Amino acid sequence: MANTSGRVVGVNGNMVTVEFDSAIAKNEVGYIHVGDDRLKGEVIRINGNTASLQVFEMTGGIRVGDAAEFSGEMLSVALGPGLLQQIYDGLQNPLPELAKQCGFFLQRGVYLDAIPNKEWEFTPLAKVGDQLRPGDTFGTVPEGLFTHQIMIPFNLADTPWKVVTIKGKGTYGVRDIICTVEDAKGNKKDLSMIFTWPVKKAIKLYEERLRPDETLVTKIRIIDTFLPVAKGGTYCTPGPFGAGKTVLQHMTSRNADVDIVIIAACGERAGEVVEVLKEFPELVDPKTGRSLMERTIIICNTSSMPVASREASVYTAVTLAEYYRQMGLSVLLLADSTSRWAQAMREMSGRLEEIPGEEAFPAYLESRIAEFYERAGKVRLRDGRIGSVTIGGTVSPAGGNFEEPVTQATLKVVGAFHGLSRERSDARKYPAIDPLNSWSKYEGIIKQENVEYARNILRRGSEVNQMMKVVGEEGTSVSDYITYQKSELIDAFYLQQNSFDPVDASVPPERQKHTFEVLFKVLATDFDLEDKKHVRSFFNTLRQKFLDWNNVETKSERFTQIEGEIRALYQGKQRGVDPDAEQLI
Amino acid sequence: MQKVYSRIESIVGNVITVRALGVRNSELAIVTSEGEQSYASVIKLDEDLVSLQVFSGAQGISTGDQVRFLGVPMRVSYTDNLLGRVFDGTGNPRDNGPSLSDNMIDIGGPAVNPAKRIIPRNMIRTGIPMIDVFNTLVESQKLPIFSVSGEPYNPLLARIAMQAEVDLIVLGGMGLKYDDYLFFKDTLENGGAMSRTIMFIHTASDPTVECMLVPDMALAVAERFAQDGKKVLVLLTDMTNFADSMKEMAITMDQVPSNRGYPGDLYSSLASRYEKAVDFEGAGSVTILAVTTMPGDDVTHPVPDNTGYITEGQYYLKGGRIEPFGSLSRLKQQVNKDTRDDHRALMDGMIKLYASYKESLEKKSMGFNMTDWDEKLLKYGRLFESKLMDLSVNIPLEGALDLGWEILSDCFEPNETGLKSDLILSRWPKKLND
Repeated sequence: MANTSGRVVGVNGNMVTVEFDSAIAKNEVGYIHVGDDRLKGEVIRINGNTASLQVFEMTGGIRVGDAAEFSGEMLSVALGPGLLQQIYDGLQNPLPELAKQCGFFLQRGVYLDAIPNKEWEFTPLAKVGDQLRPGDTFGTVPEGLFTHQIMIPFNLADTPWKVVTIKGKGTYGVRDIICTVEDAKGNKKDLSMIFTWPVKKAIKLYEERLRPDETLVTKIRIIDTFLPVAKGGTYCTPGPFGAGKTVLQHMTSRNADVDIVIIAACGERAGEVVEVLKEFPELVDPKTGRSLMERTIIICNTSSMPVASREASVYTAVTLAEYYRQMGLSVLLLADSTSRWAQAMREMSGRLEEIPGEEAFPAYLESRIAEFYERAGKVRLRDGRIGSVTIGGTVSPAGGNFEEPVTQATLKVVGAFHGLSRERSDARKYPAIDPLNSWSKYEGIIKQENVEYARNILRRGSEVNQMMKVVGEEGTSVSDYITYQKSELIDAFYLQQNSFDPVDASVPPERQKHTFEVLFKVLATDFDLEDKKHVRSFFNTLRQKFLDWNNVETKSERFTQIEGEIRALYQGKQRGVDPDAEQLI
Repeated sequence: MQKVYSRIESIVGNVITVRALGVRNSELAIVTSEGEQSYASVIKLDEDLVSLQVFSGAQGISTGDQVRFLGVPMRVSYTDNLLGRVFDGTGNPRDNGPSLSDNMIDIGGPAVNPAKRIIPRNMIRTGIPMIDVFNTLVESQKLPIFSVSGEPYNPLLARIAMQAEVDLIVLGGMGLKYDDYLFFKDTLENGGAMSRTIMFIHTASDPTVECMLVPDMALAVAERFAQDGKKVLVLLTDMTNFADSMKEMAITMDQVPSNRGYPGDLYSSLASRYEKAVDFEGAGSVTILAVTTMPGDDVTHPVPDNTGYITEGQYYLKGGRIEPFGSLSRLKQQVNKDTRDDHRALMDGMIKLYASYKESLEKKSMGFNMTDWDEKLLKYGRLFESKLMDLSVNIPLEGALDLGWEILSDCFEPNETGLKSDLILSRWPKKLND
């Protein structure tokens, strides 16, 4: 098929209208020639013989009459070994390579190969004559920590392909032809280790989608215990600026118990990405003992980079996640922030002069958000292995008000909601997730009933606190005051976590279970304290002990010692145990 | 190719359209109207219909006026001759100096590759304790000053311009009252800081479109000086006026407004300016301090709200003081560990005590009895506000830290401060009568 060409007839912001001569497809990639530059764009609307292209670069200098060409392909990413450790922009341009070529600034119209030209140690798994379908593995290469599977390209027709030739064990370049397959009609295809896949199409080469029933451990107490996330599930983190969304995501990206983490920095500050870029190579993954960077891919389209490629960046990220899921790995995709992505859609919609919906967001905002989160999932592949993509997105609601379209559309489709509150972050209570407004539909590491019991105390404590603001401490009964102090204890000791302390920064599930048990016993205790003054001083001492406990290595001598002190302290004032809680212990 | 077009098809707001061929997007043109010339830039192309935004406003432009395309985008001269000069939003001199046209550079250039950025590492000393001690300004940081009309934000900027330890100041004024412009000029001239300052000033009476150019002009110049090794501080006032002029332009162009009339790309437009703050490895840096007045003191208003998501913290200027609670410099941790061993601890300790002072103050105003401790806190608060918070205080960081210890020792016993004992041992001022 000869490539279609055309000429520019109009420019409005980053939308360019092109008159074309033969056939083009929606979402096809086109290039505008400006001087010596070729600017990439995507067809988003076709009307008669004119097409509207959303151009991924600044459009200064484009003239009416400039030549345009269409590639015949949809916006795609390259998939193959060598993706890990890379830092890409929203269109899968490797940024460090770009820096080598162009220096400090992002030069427009420069597109580099996404996958570095490297040689890999190939081990064939298929034999000549084998019948394989797209997504089946025909060989492997070792990629850092993982065995990277070389699969029959997903974009081939979904019929059996017979292996005609396949290279033996050995070292081959990533772009070398290593295998040839043919279908029943005798059409031959040469395969290398790389193939492409359109970003906006979900990869569905699996046997079935499973219920996300395994907790994804983040080593953050408030999440794992109170608001768990599941492998293959989705969650969102809305919060006003300064509430610590990004810090929380960085913590998660460091500690999450998954094979691969993909960070999509979408329209946020460049400085934050830099922290990840500089820190991750130095940080050691406790699970593997290797640099954290080895399991990470960063997609970075920060706020000052072109808006249109910001829109593409989350799709690029999720496609890479799905690709690794096809290898039976668990992948966590962290998108920061989906609001910027939604705003990019809004800008484009405005240029297309579509009828606006709420707050000028396009009417299809909700379906796009739903479509994106639905690409998460735990799946059983054809060979029985299990892979998962978990998506966690931050939302930056205008004015910190969750009643806005992006937050609301997201809440409809996610399995867990971690709402950050300005009140908590102002009080320096981090992570500033509001324990009462937030929710999760997934199972955590601790028995549901026990968590509910603790949550109930938090709820009642907060009510007492509200009441005390009106009637003062004097007007509160001792038992209410004890409930309040218990809720404060849960908050200070368990919900808050110091990301700068070496021990407290990441708490493994065993330790969470152990410390929660001790905490639970305190919560269940009916205390023998006569007045509020005693209550206060008792809980101050107790809280201090608990806090010290948080900074001590698990199973060290000091750990057991403090535990003993805590036990002695609360047992000394124990009058009985709440019967409701007794059966839960 | 400098063909002159003399038939203007439509004039709407500040946007005119002409029929012309071969015109580039973002290209600059000159519109001549009754002998007066104004720049205009191409904002939209539709076949041979070219829409231009007239910088000096379309008032008085006739359909028979001449439009001449220049074939280049908006540019600004970059030479050392800029120093000490004042320009308007289009780069024409505001002072009586000659206009500059050598070494023209494009404005609004591409973004810095994130892979080339480095972690910020140097503090910028301003001599203002509320900044240096409590919310340190860091090279390559972008910080807004959230304030309300009537607060002394311009005097604060002028003071920072005079005192900050940087090589170069670029001041961008948007929608300034003429008096404020004169105030800046006089203050910097009298203080002897003019020779290291470049000013791009748009006053309230100038055409709106020029207001939108000011940040780009200022930042383009700053960026080049930084690439040549200079440590540049860009001061912008007031970004809300910038956003408002964007709103005005967007609405005249029939764009669908998103939130309170502001265009949907408000965030991106603000971010592309603020993200010009950068530390070039092996060269200089650009740091941005920008006043953002909050209409109705409402931080959830779209301009401060979007700004907060972009910048690395904020200073709240309220009641003539930099408010210690709402203010936050997100990058201070990068630098305040290397200043003096007591910096962090003293910063935290003094703020905690100040917070307790506020509580005591509240109690007092509600008529509760004051304990000894409350009295101590009240004394402390008064000293803290007059000696450290006052904007006219100008002392180096070390002096401010020493002063902090002195205030503490005037009010409290060492063990009441919550500071670590070894710090107290080494830093607690020895009284003469001890």
